Amino acid sequence: MGAYLLRRLLIAIPSLLGISLILFTVLAMAPGDPFSEMATNPNVPPEVREALRASFGLNDPIMVRYLRWLAAMVQGDWGFSFASRIDVDKLILQRVPTTLFVVGSSQILALCIALPVGIFAATRPYSIFDQVANTLAFVGFSLPTFFTGLLLILIFSVGLDWFPFVYRSDIAATGWRWYWEMFRQAIMPITVLGLFQAASYTRYVRSAVLDVIRLDYVTTARAKGLGEKTVTLRHITRNALIPVVTLVALQMPAVFGGAIVTEQIFRIPGIGSLLIDAILANDTPVIMAVTFVFACLVVLFNLIADLLYGWLDPRISFG
Amino acid sequence: MKDQELGHLIARVKEGALSRRSFIKKAAAIGLAAPFANQLLAFNGVAMAQSKYEYKPTKAGGGGPLKVLLWQAPTLLNPHFASGTKDQIASRIFFEPLAGWDKEGVLTPCLAAEIPSKANGGLSADGKEVIWKIKPGVKWHDGKPLTADDAVFTWEYAADPATAAYTTGAYKDIKVEKVDELTIKVIFPQPTPFWADAFVGVTGQILPKHHFGEYKGAKSREAPANLKPVGTGPYKFVDFKPGDILTGERNADYHIKNQPFFDTIECKGGGDAVSAARAVLQTGEYDYAWNLQVEDEVLKRMETGGRGKISAVVSGDIEFIILNTTDPWTEVDGERSSAKTKHPTLSDPKVREAINLLIDRDSVQKFIYGRGGIATASFVNEPKQFKSPKLKYEFNIDKANKILDDAGYKKGADGIREKDGKKLKYVFQTSINAPRQKTQAIIKQACQRAGIDLELKSVTASVFFSSDVANPDTYTKLYVDMEMYTTTQPQPDPERFLNQFTSWEVANKENKWLGRNVSRYTDKAADEAYQAAQKELDPAKRAALLIKVNEIFCEANVILPLLSRTRVAASLNNITHDHSGWDVDTWNIAGWYRS
Repeated sequence: MGAYLLRRLLIAIPSLLGISLILFTVLAMAPGDPFSEMATNPNVPPEVREALRASFGLNDPIMVRYLRWLAAMVQGDWGFSFASRIDVDKLILQRVPTTLFVVGSSQILALCIALPVGIFAATRPYSIFDQVANTLAFVGFSLPTFFTGLLLILIFSVGLDWFPFVYRSDIAATGWRWYWEMFRQAIMPITVLGLFQAASYTRYVRSAVLDVIRLDYVTTARAKGLGEKTVTLRHITRNALIPVVTLVALQMPAVFGGAIVTEQIFRIPGIGSLLIDAILANDTPVIMAVTFVFACLVVLFNLIADLLYGWLDPRISFG
Repeated sequence: MKDQELGHLIARVKEGALSRRSFIKKAAAIGLAAPFANQLLAFNGVAMAQSKYEYKPTKAGGGGPLKVLLWQAPTLLNPHFASGTKDQIASRIFFEPLAGWDKEGVLTPCLAAEIPSKANGGLSADGKEVIWKIKPGVKWHDGKPLTADDAVFTWEYAADPATAAYTTGAYKDIKVEKVDELTIKVIFPQPTPFWADAFVGVTGQILPKHHFGEYKGAKSREAPANLKPVGTGPYKFVDFKPGDILTGERNADYHIKNQPFFDTIECKGGGDAVSAARAVLQTGEYDYAWNLQVEDEVLKRMETGGRGKISAVVSGDIEFIILNTTDPWTEVDGERSSAKTKHPTLSDPKVREAINLLIDRDSVQKFIYGRGGIATASFVNEPKQFKSPKLKYEFNIDKANKILDDAGYKKGADGIREKDGKKLKYVFQTSINAPRQKTQAIIKQACQRAGIDLELKSVTASVFFSSDVANPDTYTKLYVDMEMYTTTQPQPDPERFLNQFTSWEVANKENKWLGRNVSRYTDKAADEAYQAAQKELDPAKRAALLIKVNEIFCEANVILPLLSRTRVAASLNNITHDHSGWDVDTWNIAGWYRS
């Protein structure tokens, strides 16, 4: 196990290097530059733009810039944002808690819906409940989050005036009021993301359970006279969840990406909106850092998924 | 210009026989707008009128929070690094200039004790020196007094090329001397009629020497105060998360009595303009939203709820079209649209005249921009004294057809006109933006009816407005036959704005297309009028020279102005704010209140 982990971590290094090189090259070759706003401003002489380009090192060849970036990155220096001139790691750390809170809560919500609904539907295949759940799940993941987000805003903010649709990272309240405000503003984005995830998880849980439910050991368990509840929970669910856990782990990086749209709609100051703003401003160091974080997440969650496999199913060995 | 009549009127104001207000009215009667009349009075030794803005609260504070929604989030708080309006708006809450511009284009004191004039000895007769007196008793947020040293330091800081300040244009050619603790003298290398640039408005915010002193030049990025501003403004800094939220609290020591009204201020960023308008007009979650470049129909629908209102103020921004008189399809010395080439058909003034007749400006205003713009034929529209009274626009397809017929362009089998084998087929580019694409379509349709074929091209804004040398689609390269965009006039004086019509500003390969003259069209008479205006101290004569520069390009139909843009903001009905098209929205944020 230890050797396996070490080997996997060592393999991750060249993959991340490759990813970073490709990212950097693509970004360097992409059109647009971070000082475009100055171009339309007659008060800014061209010399200033040139001076800035030079001081930010934008005039050097791509390879030189990449190696410099890499060297700094290895030493833990993520560079600074061209737009706000503050260090990128600070910028990202400011955003991480919000993203974790929103994405994390939505995942919990999604699982809370998907597990019982999926299992219940699978144990009674083609019943009315199953068909309704299936239809809803289908509708759920066909509707994009930008649509459902806007719909919720129009109903609950504009129409009913129940929830605010502008998410604030600092709420000027303490104690219970703080929790209440936090809950109120988070409810719509979490619902949007959670329901979207729940829809696809439900279908997945259902088919995983269906796969297991017909296996011999389940019949054996029933034959031993165990109650239906025990069979479902102890025997079926535990085995069915192996692939589901993997799916959830592998989905995590994608969920961070999927939240980009939702963050933009509700003005949630998360990593996703940071990435969008950075792209619009051509703020290369920030784009580079955020996308690199995403890449790391993919590699990390892949590893976690593989380890989980082995832990859940001892037949898989890490030899 | 009725010089004599004006002179007489001015004399009477000086004697006190005529009130300022009646002077402005009389001046308006002979075609001069209020800001210009004010400037005339100032030049002739009558101090400028104060802003008409009324502030009702009788004590500072007690107004609760003020919530401002900037859908483009501020990213930094040093006014001299602020590239975009969003950053200038945010930094202006904490830092202040000596004076700012109100919505009528009148210079209004902020940190200055008074506006320099000839009467108070602030302006020298030769136009080379300005003396500013700083308001006594102003304190920085940390309690230290504001002095002339801070102003002198701000000049040193912004003028230093290594600082790479975006405001350097206002400071690099001047000298600033300290006269006494609260007086500075600005010295220009040549007579400068538009002296209100350094220390004024967007570019003029004064920095505390004791916080930035060590961070001049190459170390400018490292200053902690870049992100934790210590200014003189109405609100003190509390917290800032770049790209997200900015909070401030009332400055109890603010230098204007009874201001500010609100206890805290919050600027939230992110999202888009439409939903920002919604958060004010429909849900009332926020008090104010800025820069609502949204189709007017949408805004009107949101206003029907009756919670908030839209305000639009005039600005110098202009949406216009450039017709390329150089050849974009032939490469000479590694560049297309080289000034050495001639466009096969657009270099013909008759064709350009016809195209100008095919632009239905009234429809564009009525159906697309609404309150967001006013149809115009003049490149400079505001302040009114710089608008050409001569330029008129017309939409007339028959006339355009006749001009082209007379010029010998015959319709071919495909319905497209041609002459000597050269077809009137053009590529028309602009940035991706709903109103612009709709405008393109309207123009294309009219051109079709005159036998001109337009191929519409839209470039994503971040590429179109970039200075990326490697990209052929930037607006400064103009590698197409015609293009459309908005250019911003940063000050109420159009001198620097009009440098885009001079021959030495032509964008080309040598200056990496950083030159401001994107059309590449040049005219000796325009150059001469521009240079003369730079030194002309008489405001009336100067305005006439600048109008001439404007007219030369518009009459040649190289520049086809479309709309004089307004700046649109939304606010709750109970908020009284004071936003100006000549300064940032927060220029007078100390004076906002809730009734």
